[in-house]
Amino acid sequence: MNNPAKRYFPIFVMPTLIAFLIAFAVPFALGLFLSFTEFRTVSDAEFVGLQNYIRAFTDDTDFLSSLWFTVKFAVMSVISINVFAFLLALMLTRTVPGTKFFRTVFFMPNLIGGIVLGYIWQVIINGVLYRFGYSITSNSVFGYWGLIVLMNWQMIGYMMIIYIAGIQNIPTDIMEAARVDGAGSLTTLFRITIPSVMPSITICLFLTITNSFKLFDQNLALTAGAPGKRTQMVALDIYNTFYSRTGYEGVGQAKAVVFFLIVAVIALAQLRFTRSKEVES
Amino acid sequence: MQTKIFDRILFVILLAVAAIFIFPVLIVLINSFKQKFSISSDPFSLPTENTFVGLSNYTQGIDNTGFPTAFGWSLFITVFSVAAIIIFTSMTAWYITRVKSRFNTILYYALVFSMIVPFQMVMFTMSKTANVLGLDNPLGIILIYLGFGAGLSVFMFSGFIKTVPLGIEEAATIDGCNTLQVFWKVVFPILTPTAITVAILNTMWIWNDYLLPYLVIGNDYKTIPIAIQYLKGGYGSVDMGAMMAMLVLSIIPVVVFYLSSQKYIIKGVAAGAVKG
Repeated sequence: MNNPAKRYFPIFVMPTLIAFLIAFAVPFALGLFLSFTEFRTVSDAEFVGLQNYIRAFTDDTDFLSSLWFTVKFAVMSVISINVFAFLLALMLTRTVPGTKFFRTVFFMPNLIGGIVLGYIWQVIINGVLYRFGYSITSNSVFGYWGLIVLMNWQMIGYMMIIYIAGIQNIPTDIMEAARVDGAGSLTTLFRITIPSVMPSITICLFLTITNSFKLFDQNLALTAGAPGKRTQMVALDIYNTFYSRTGYEGVGQAKAVVFFLIVAVIALAQLRFTRSKEVES
Repeated sequence: MQTKIFDRILFVILLAVAAIFIFPVLIVLINSFKQKFSISSDPFSLPTENTFVGLSNYTQGIDNTGFPTAFGWSLFITVFSVAAIIIFTSMTAWYITRVKSRFNTILYYALVFSMIVPFQMVMFTMSKTANVLGLDNPLGIILIYLGFGAGLSVFMFSGFIKTVPLGIEEAATIDGCNTLQVFWKVVFPILTPTAITVAILNTMWIWNDYLLPYLVIGNDYKTIPIAIQYLKGGYGSVDMGAMMAMLVLSIIPVVVFYLSSQKYIIKGVAAGAVKG
């Protein structure tokens, strides 16, 4: 068991380990600690117990309303993105001409950054609303649907690629057998295609749920939370609590811990749920 | 016969969807040549004799944002961070997969855990730490990106390394290779497809990242997303013409990168998802 590689720990692991400690592990532990304290600069932290957590929910309704807005946004965008992406994947795995071209076009928006995406859609949505005398910040409904359209435009192509890979992995003999047995296309879809691509569904749901919950750049660029704070999502609310209000650093950190717990619980519950539906292939 | 007609209908639908996907980028491109006051009110019309302004939005935007410098910083940070991630996380992944110890197991799970933690959880403390340690510059941020990128990258590399048979490495050791040679001459070449996937996923993330560089180096060094957001400024009106021009300039490198390595990107994304 005397592995000669062991001596190489400093070269193989140290650089990553140091970077991981500085960028993530220490800040994570420090953040957890600071959420129970009141502080401005970190070194002046004073223990206050659960006070920050209570204040996060009671000082104002910003946090709760941003959470609720985020949930409403996530539900709608997760469903729409996955339905559209799956439909496109079904179309592009048939013998339609130009599948490669379509794949290229549909995936392209995914490479554009969130800030740029936000401003692109702001111009377009404002251009439409202008004709009716509105702008995207005149009503939170516009911001809500604007964010959903933006998120669909960005993520449909990405999820479609994953669904295409899943569909192409289905053994052709199963499809063949179903056809011989006289299964209609809807039966094939629900009895064979969807159960067979369960691993793709697992990963697509995971990616869309976590990305929807963590959305920040697009939110900042498209509406910045306006009107008022009514289109402000959790990530943006936490950012504003930290950087636009003095004396709220501890509350911001407590909100961040709650946010982390929510994302972790939802992500793990979803993974567990869909994994249990996956069939052995 | 029936399926042929069906596929033809699908083709038309797909063309329409493709038009919807291209449309927003096209609108931005058209408006980047229009006079700034005729953008917000009517972005859907082509420039006319009165509203066409040539490249003046571009020169104005470059003056306002220092776009070429921002492009340089984005490129510098992305290239070197991705290179550092590939070099160091592949070695770490191999080491903690091959050398079994309690410490390595804990490190592996800590890295995987970091993938689901939202950035806001560590945003404040990380930027403070970077500041205290003097990492708030374009070189220091590379170390930060190595730390943040380590989770996904180690996870993907070690998923693949588990499938590489030990025999090849043992044979190389018997031939007199030391551990470093075994890794770089024998193991890494086998890892290349995974390395490409890891590189692409990290490039897409780091190139477009806004909040992390903004908090760590944003005051002194602006990357492209920071420069774009900076155009909006604190109060009042945005120069829409300059904004459109800068959006076009920031999309161009992405499109060039995409079209030149499209095959790898699409494969990499699909492969990355399977591992995830």
